[in-house]
Amino acid sequence: MYKNPILRICTKILFAPIILFGLYVQFHGDFGPGGGFQAGVIVASAFILYSIVFGLREGKKLLPEKINLFLLALGALIYAGVGITSIILGEPFLSYNSLGTNAQSGQHFGILLVEFGVGLTVSNVMISLFNSFAGYELDKG
Amino acid sequence: MITELIINAFLVTLMMGIAISLLKTRSVIFTVILTSAYSLVAALMFITLDAVDVAFTEASVGAGISTILFLAAMAYLPKEEEKNLNSQFLPALSCIILGAILIWCSYDLPEIGLATAPIHLHIVPDYILGSKNDIGIPNVVTSILASYRGYDTFGETVVVFTAGIAVLALLKNTKTPKYQNKSKFKKKVGKNV
Repeated sequence: MYKNPILRICTKILFAPIILFGLYVQFHGDFGPGGGFQAGVIVASAFILYSIVFGLREGKKLLPEKINLFLLALGALIYAGVGITSIILGEPFLSYNSLGTNAQSGQHFGILLVEFGVGLTVSNVMISLFNSFAGYELDKG
Repeated sequence: MITELIINAFLVTLMMGIAISLLKTRSVIFTVILTSAYSLVAALMFITLDAVDVAFTEASVGAGISTILFLAAMAYLPKEEEKNLNSQFLPALSCIILGAILIWCSYDLPEIGLATAPIHLHIVPDYILGSKNDIGIPNVVTSILASYRGYDTFGETVVVFTAGIAVLALLKNTKTPKYQNKSKFKKKVGKNV
């Protein structure tokens, strides 16, 4: 953990805006550049910044490892679940037309859910990669 | 036209400079930082090609998170790369020949942004019109990525997921079960003897 007050206060100030920007990129991906992959990386970078400045233990308090691994799997599961749902509704895998009231709103909803799944998986994979690299010696001891 | 040329020449020169200093340096931290800078210049190049989504991904993934992951992994590496004593003649020759072939082939490529290029005639018009009429999303990249090519993106997500699981399985040191922990047993036995 860094004792430097400037680093610590800046991290605390920046943490929320980074996540807000990540969410903007996530849910604005239909209209501008962005999407699940980029948003996931941005959200992960906020958590990694917190871990770097306050230490890995504090970072794991912020996002416990169990929740991290659960969300990691949940993202891929959401993606697959959307595909399975469209099979149940009588359409081919991952065609979103029947998810909404008409084809267009179904497509909107499907893309939103799928991108959310991608974002969840990517952000949690990045966080767990950083945690396992940075905490390799920590776990060993 | 001339500004485009100047910008492209600037970016290519910067890229070449970074690549040459990457070859020269032996320090691992320098390599990581220079790779990050290279990714950033590549992102700028994608912007000049109007590929904003790709540029965004390159900047966030290539220049951002992978640098952090490299730095986190660097703690377990030696500070300096070992000097390579083998002759560099054959690798250099093969690189130069391959590069020359690629440059020669690039003369046959259609001009960038040409509407009559083969790639813009096959299926792209369907996607562009469909993104407006069927899906109703202004960003064509998103509609291709998530809807038309949903299978591929599903595969990518599963690849990312699998990579995360694999690294966890390799690096996660769970405590060894008691029956495998023989060192304690040996210590006890040794004391008694």
